[in-house]
Amino acid sequence: MLRLEGLSKTYKTGDAALTNVSLEIPKGQFVGLIGPSGAGKSTLIRCINRLVEPTSGKVLLGEVDLAQIGKSDLRRQRRRIGMIFQEYALVERLTVMENVLSGRLGYVPFWRSFLRRYPGADVARAFQLLDRVGLMHQADKRADALSGGQRQRVGIARALAQEPELLLVDEPTASLDPKTSRQIMRLLTEICEERGLPAIVNIHDVPLAQQFMQRIVGLRAGQVVFDGPPAELSETVLTTIYGEEDWHAMRQGDEEQKSAEADARDRMAALAR
Amino acid sequence: MSEVSHYSQTWSHRTSRGRLLMWVGWVALVALFVWCWQLMTENTIWAFVWDAPRQAADIGGRMMPPRLSYLPELLVPMWDTLNIATLGTIAGVIMAVPVAFLAARNTTPSARFLRPIALFIIVASRSINSLIWALLLVAIIGPGILAGIVAIALRSIGFVGKLLYEAIEETDAKQIEAIEATGASPTQVLNYGIVPQIMPAFWGISVFRWDINIRESTILGLVGAGGIGLKLQASLNVLAWPQVTVILILILLTVIVSEWVSAKVRKAII
Amino acid sequence: MTQSTYPTTWRRPPQIITDRRWRIGLQLGILVYLIAATSTVDVDWNRVSIGLERGQRFIMGFLQPDFTSRWSDIHRGLIESLTMTLTSTVVGVLISVPIGIGAARNLAPPWIYLACRAIIAVSRSLQEVIIAIFLVAMFGFGPFAGFLTLSFATIGFLAKLLADDIEEIDEAQAEAVRATGASWSQLVNYAVQPQVMPRLIGLSLYRLDINFRESAVIGIVGAGGIGATLNTAIDRYEYDSAGAILLIIIVIVMVAEYGSSYLRKFLQ
Repeated sequence: MLRLEGLSKTYKTGDAALTNVSLEIPKGQFVGLIGPSGAGKSTLIRCINRLVEPTSGKVLLGEVDLAQIGKSDLRRQRRRIGMIFQEYALVERLTVMENVLSGRLGYVPFWRSFLRRYPGADVARAFQLLDRVGLMHQADKRADALSGGQRQRVGIARALAQEPELLLVDEPTASLDPKTSRQIMRLLTEICEERGLPAIVNIHDVPLAQQFMQRIVGLRAGQVVFDGPPAELSETVLTTIYGEEDWHAMRQGDEEQKSAEADARDRMAALAR
Repeated sequence: MSEVSHYSQTWSHRTSRGRLLMWVGWVALVALFVWCWQLMTENTIWAFVWDAPRQAADIGGRMMPPRLSYLPELLVPMWDTLNIATLGTIAGVIMAVPVAFLAARNTTPSARFLRPIALFIIVASRSINSLIWALLLVAIIGPGILAGIVAIALRSIGFVGKLLYEAIEETDAKQIEAIEATGASPTQVLNYGIVPQIMPAFWGISVFRWDINIRESTILGLVGAGGIGLKLQASLNVLAWPQVTVILILILLTVIVSEWVSAKVRKAII
Repeated sequence: MTQSTYPTTWRRPPQIITDRRWRIGLQLGILVYLIAATSTVDVDWNRVSIGLERGQRFIMGFLQPDFTSRWSDIHRGLIESLTMTLTSTVVGVLISVPIGIGAARNLAPPWIYLACRAIIAVSRSLQEVIIAIFLVAMFGFGPFAGFLTLSFATIGFLAKLLADDIEEIDEAQAEAVRATGASWSQLVNYAVQPQVMPRLIGLSLYRLDINFRESAVIGIVGAGGIGATLNTAIDRYEYDSAGAILLIIIVIVMVAEYGSSYLRKFLQ
């Protein structure tokens, strides 16, 4: 179970991306996070596994407050959280299998990962996951040789290889066509159901969210303005979330995404220091 | 309407000021050129300069025909030259890799302390030509192939280091973020997130530098650092011009072949 | 139970050479070459151990450089190097513009194209030092020979890049200018020049930097400049003076690099 308490994030530029967000996600729940560009969806998801450092508040995964722990603890806790990215974020020049196995990095010592000598159980599990997402025969291909939908399946397999207790999904369908988008969403819901996995899905496509989510959280200007089942997502609610006019024109050129990435880069430099 | 004319006035004012600056820049450049020219040619003996075409014809005449029977004597020095270039490149690349990681903003362990040191190593290595390195090394460790290899290696650090650290800084942050999110340690992030992304650049840069090093190593012998340059120096000393011709032809051929190989390999990688 | 049906080992497939025999052959070949190559390096360890002491002195010289005792030599060499750098870059750029245009397939008739490409090829494949040896033999010792060497080398470098650039210009823009009935020179002026000018300026500044570094080298074979001073200092084992000269070179290169990146930003 994941519980966020009074989570806030203010970027170095002074933009308050999140203000006092509190949420509770029970086991097995599939939650969609909607809201306009710059509402803080990306930041919220990244604050949970601290790819973005929250300014204040608590991130409780089970008993552990992720916002408080140190570097090596954080690495151990990150194993419990699988993340699926917009535009896949596979390591393009590695093979599909290496990408899936990279989900095990938090579990294996450096020499194993360096020599690609993963424990037999990990390899078998990776094959099983590839089979599950329908890519059993693509294991030896390089990730950049796959189509968009296939890449996102690899991304899903990588996240599942971590044996996570929670899935963070950031715009999984942003660069896919409508049909593939639905296939990917269906696969995600099935997998979460099979495993009783809770998931937070950042999604800009409102109809898609309504079709697949059990619960929807609407974010506007860094604050939760709606929280309820998809059926309650009426025209008026959408207007509170997206404002009067612009709830079709959004997302592309996402400033927030960029500042989140810049923040991640800074933090990575700090981590290396 | 008045609004528009107001804007166009400010604009034309700016351009005319820009144009003025440009003119001042050009005039200053011409003046600087003339001044430098005078300083430079202060001690030039113009009689020699006017005599140059005759000298050129004279040398050209002496160089022909090339003494092809000299060729077998050149094979061992040429082999040495190849080895200097290749081993020097390998050693240089091995030393350049850690320097590049220390110099890249996103991988340096300490931006305040180690990064400036790494950048200084790169600049120092780049500013000093391999022939000067060779000159120093011959004085220090004595003439021979080793001095040549070390000279080439020291010069390569800066070149490879600079291009490689730029490649590291240009890596896709998303792929790295994704690896981090799995709970990977910093070395694992390096191994899975960064290294695969810079591999093509790494090979391309190394082969490119090898190609340059072949060219550079042909002359290291002039200061005693082994290879074909030794023969060139010896032939020049005794004014054996037909031998010089043969050496130059051999160098030219080697350079052309190495450039071709390097272009092929780089194309295969990309 | 389901796990057991999946393989428990996986090897990363080779990426470049997929045929096993070729791969092993290549690896063996590289190994044999490395052994053969390293065996040609005969090191006189006695000489090296003597040299290490000298190396130490050189490093000390580098850390405590002596600018004063050879200052007049250094000063003269520096002036020669700097003037040589500037004049040769200016002249080199001026000559490489017509040659670069001539070596662009889309602007020049075939025979001019071939002639210009031949000049570029000769200039690029000969080391500066070798050219300097010949020019010193023809024009006598001193910076004038150095100036000619660097100008010649600049032509090979700049004309090639310029020609490649011109060949890559946006054909649509050239087409548009041609459609207005422009003459060849108008075409160059209106369609080509605006597209390649920024890069030409950038490359010229870059070449200025390279020419300075090269000017420190060709002095070794008598073409004037700071290289001659450096050569003398090393010959006399005056490592503190040599260290000073090297430091000056490094600082000038650094300043030139910063200056040229600033200037490029300013000009854009």
